[in-house]
Amino acid sequence: MKPSHILSDLVIYFKNFARSREGVFFTFIFPVILIAVFGSIFSHGTGGSVPLYVQNLNGTTGVTQEFLAGLNQTHLVKVHMIPADVNVQNYITRNSVTAALVIPSTFTDAVRANTTTTLPFYYNPTQSSSQFAAQAINLVVEHFNAQLSGTHSIISVSQNTNSVVATSYIDYLVPGLIGFTILTSPMFSTTYIVSSYKKEKIFRQFSLTPLTKSEWLFSRFTGSFIIALLSAGEMIATGVILFDARVILTPLVLPFILLGVVLFVSLGTIAGALAKTEEGASVIGNIITFPMMFLSGTFFPVSAMPSWLQGIAHLLPLYYIIDGLNSVMIYTNGAEAVLDIAVSATLALLFFVIALAVFSWKEE
Amino acid sequence: MTQTAIAAEHLVKSYGSIKAVDGLSLNIRKGEVYSLLGPNGAGKTTTIEILEGLRRPDEGNVSILSMDPWKNAVELRRKVGVMPQGFNFIAKITPKEAIRHYCTLFGVPDNSKELLELVDLTDMARVSFEHLSGGQKQKLGLCLAMANSPEIIFLDEPTTGLDPQARRNMWDVIKRLKSEGKTLLLTTHYLEEAERLADRVGIVDHGRMLAEGTPDDIIGEHGNGLYLRISGTAELASRIRSATGLECSSKDGLVDIKIDANENIVNVLRVVESVHSKLSVLELKREGLEDVFVKMVGRMEGNE
Ligand SMILES: Nc1ncnc2c1ncn2[C@@H]1O[C@H](COP(=O)(O)OP(=O)(O)OP(=O)(O)O)[C@@H](O)[C@H]1O
Ligand SMILES: [Mg+2]
Repeated sequence: MKPSHILSDLVIYFKNFARSREGVFFTFIFPVILIAVFGSIFSHGTGGSVPLYVQNLNGTTGVTQEFLAGLNQTHLVKVHMIPADVNVQNYITRNSVTAALVIPSTFTDAVRANTTTTLPFYYNPTQSSSQFAAQAINLVVEHFNAQLSGTHSIISVSQNTNSVVATSYIDYLVPGLIGFTILTSPMFSTTYIVSSYKKEKIFRQFSLTPLTKSEWLFSRFTGSFIIALLSAGEMIATGVILFDARVILTPLVLPFILLGVVLFVSLGTIAGALAKTEEGASVIGNIITFPMMFLSGTFFPVSAMPSWLQGIAHLLPLYYIIDGLNSVMIYTNGAEAVLDIAVSATLALLFFVIALAVFSWKEE
Repeated sequence: MTQTAIAAEHLVKSYGSIKAVDGLSLNIRKGEVYSLLGPNGAGKTTTIEILEGLRRPDEGNVSILSMDPWKNAVELRRKVGVMPQGFNFIAKITPKEAIRHYCTLFGVPDNSKELLELVDLTDMARVSFEHLSGGQKQKLGLCLAMANSPEIIFLDEPTTGLDPQARRNMWDVIKRLKSEGKTLLLTTHYLEEAERLADRVGIVDHGRMLAEGTPDDIIGEHGNGLYLRISGTAELASRIRSATGLECSSKDGLVDIKIDANENIVNVLRVVESVHSKLSVLELKREGLEDVFVKMVGRMEGNE
C-alpha cells in the first residue's frame, strides 16, 4: 500500500466531488436543512415524550390520580402502568424498561399526614429517555412538595437522579444527525460510485494501473472521513448556534466517526459490487439505509420507541455509533462508549473484509 | 533469434451460449505491429482483453513477455499499455489531471504536456472528461496507454470515430511507437489501416483465425489473383465463358474475368471484338485485402 497512490486518488476524488453540485448539496447542505427543520419542530414541542413505567401499589386514590396526571401533563413522559402484583425489577429487565417509578402503598396516607415518603425510581443512566423521566418526576414532586409543606420535602425520590443534567431534544438531535451524515453520505456515494464505475468501466481503467483495490478503498475511507468530520462540525455549529444545543466537544467522537465511515463505505461497496445494475445498487442501498436512517436514534432517541422497535434498532450498526456519540457527547459516559466502540469496530472490520472479497475490478 | 512478446495458444472464451473466442492462437514478435481484423462481434475485443489480463480464458494459455497476464497482472501493468474500446474516465476530471494521476501511480515524471501535444489535445487539457468529444476522449485513452512508456501497447479500435485528420494523426503516433521498438496489437475495421500500419494481419471471425500473415501473403494465399474487368452485359459474360472456359461473373454492367496468363487477356478481347461489343471500361485488377476479407467473412456467414 503506497501513500502516494492513495493521495493521488484522493486528489482526483475530491476534485470530482467538488465539481459535482448534487454531491456537495446532499453532503453539506441537506443535513443542515434537516437539523433546522427537526430542530424547529421538536425543540420546544411535545415530540420528545418518553415512556415512564409506573407501578402503583397504593391503588386508585385522589392523590395517586393527581400525581399521575401531573406526570402526563409535563409532556416529557407518557405514563405506562406496571401491574401491582409483579416484581418491578424483573419487569424492568424483561421489558427493557429504561425508567420506572414505584408509588408505595403508604403514599396517600403519608401525603395526607404530611409524613415523609420515598418513591423508588429505577432508571438506566446511559439511556437518554431516563433523563426525561427524571426531569418529569422532579417537576411533579417539587410541585407536590411546594403545595403540601413549602418548608420541607414530604415526598422524596430514591436513587439520586438530581445529579443528572436534564437534556432536551436538540441535544440528541446533534449526535443523531452526525450519525445520519456518517451513514448517508458514505453509503449513498460509495454505492453509486462502485456501481457506476463498474458499469462505465472505470474500474477496468484503474485495474490497468498499479493502483490496488485496497488502496482505492483506503482512499475512500480517508475521503469520507474528512467529509464526515466537516459535516459533524457543521451539525454541531448549527445545533449550538440555532438551537442552543448542549453537547460536549471531545476527541472521543473521532473513533465513532472513523469506524462509522469504514463501516458504511464498506457496506456501500458491498451493495454496489453485488448489484447487477446502477438502479439495483441504489435499491439495495436504500433498503439498507432507510431503516437505519430512522430507527437508530437519528431523529428520535431509541429509548423513546416501543420496545419491539428498540429490539430492531439494536440490530442496526448505526445504533451503536449514535449510542456511542450520545454517550460521549451528552453524558460523558465512557463505560457505555467502550461497548459501542467494540461493537462498531467488529462490524467495521467484518464489512471491510466482506467488501474486499466481493468487490472486483475485473470481469472473469 | 527474434523474441516473442505475445503468445496465445488455443484460446476459448464463452459468454453463456455465445462462443466469443473459439480456439484462437497468436504469436507476436517484439517490435512487431500486428492487427486483428474482423467484423463486429468477431471476438477481437474479447481476445485482446484476455491478452491484457482483464478476462480469464475458459481454455488456452497466454504468455505476455513470458508472464501469465491473469496471474502476473500487477507486474505486467508496468510493461503494458492499454487503450480499450469505448475508453471511459471519471466525468469531472480533465485530461491533464488524468495523465498526472497515471504518472503518479506508475511512479514516472509528469509527462502530460508532451503526451497531450503528441495527440494534439493540448487545447482540451483543462476540460472535464464529460465535455470532451468522442474523438478527444479516445486521444486521452491513447495518452493513458502511453503514460508509463510500456513495451507492449494494446489498441482496441483506436481510430474508430476519428475524423480523417485525427486518424492520420493517430497513424503517425502508431508509426512513431513502432519506430521506438514497441510491440503493438491493434484491432480495426479499416483494412486500409491494417495494410498501412501492420507488419502482420490476422483475420478473425466467430472467434477463429481465418487467415494470418503479411497483407501480401494473405492476398497471395487467399486472393483470386488477377482479373480483367470490362464493360458488358451478362450475355457477353456467358459468351466469354463458353468461348474461353474462364471463370466469369457479371454485375452492374461490368464483367469480371479471372486471368491466369497473358494469353487469357488476348482471348477475351477476341470474343469482345467478335460480338462488336463497345468497351468503355478495361481494367486489369488485383484483389486487395478488402476483397479477401469480404470474401472470407462472407463465406463464414454463408456457412451458418
Ligand atoms: N461481457 C459480455 N457478455 C456477454 N457476451 C459478450 C460480452 N462481451 C462480448 N460478448 C459477445 O461476444 C462476442 C464477441 O464480442 P467482442 O466484443 O469480442 O467482438 P469484437 O470483435 O470486438 O466486435 P466489435 O468489432 O464490434 O468491437 C459477441 O457476440 C458479443 O456479443
Ligand atoms: Mg471490439
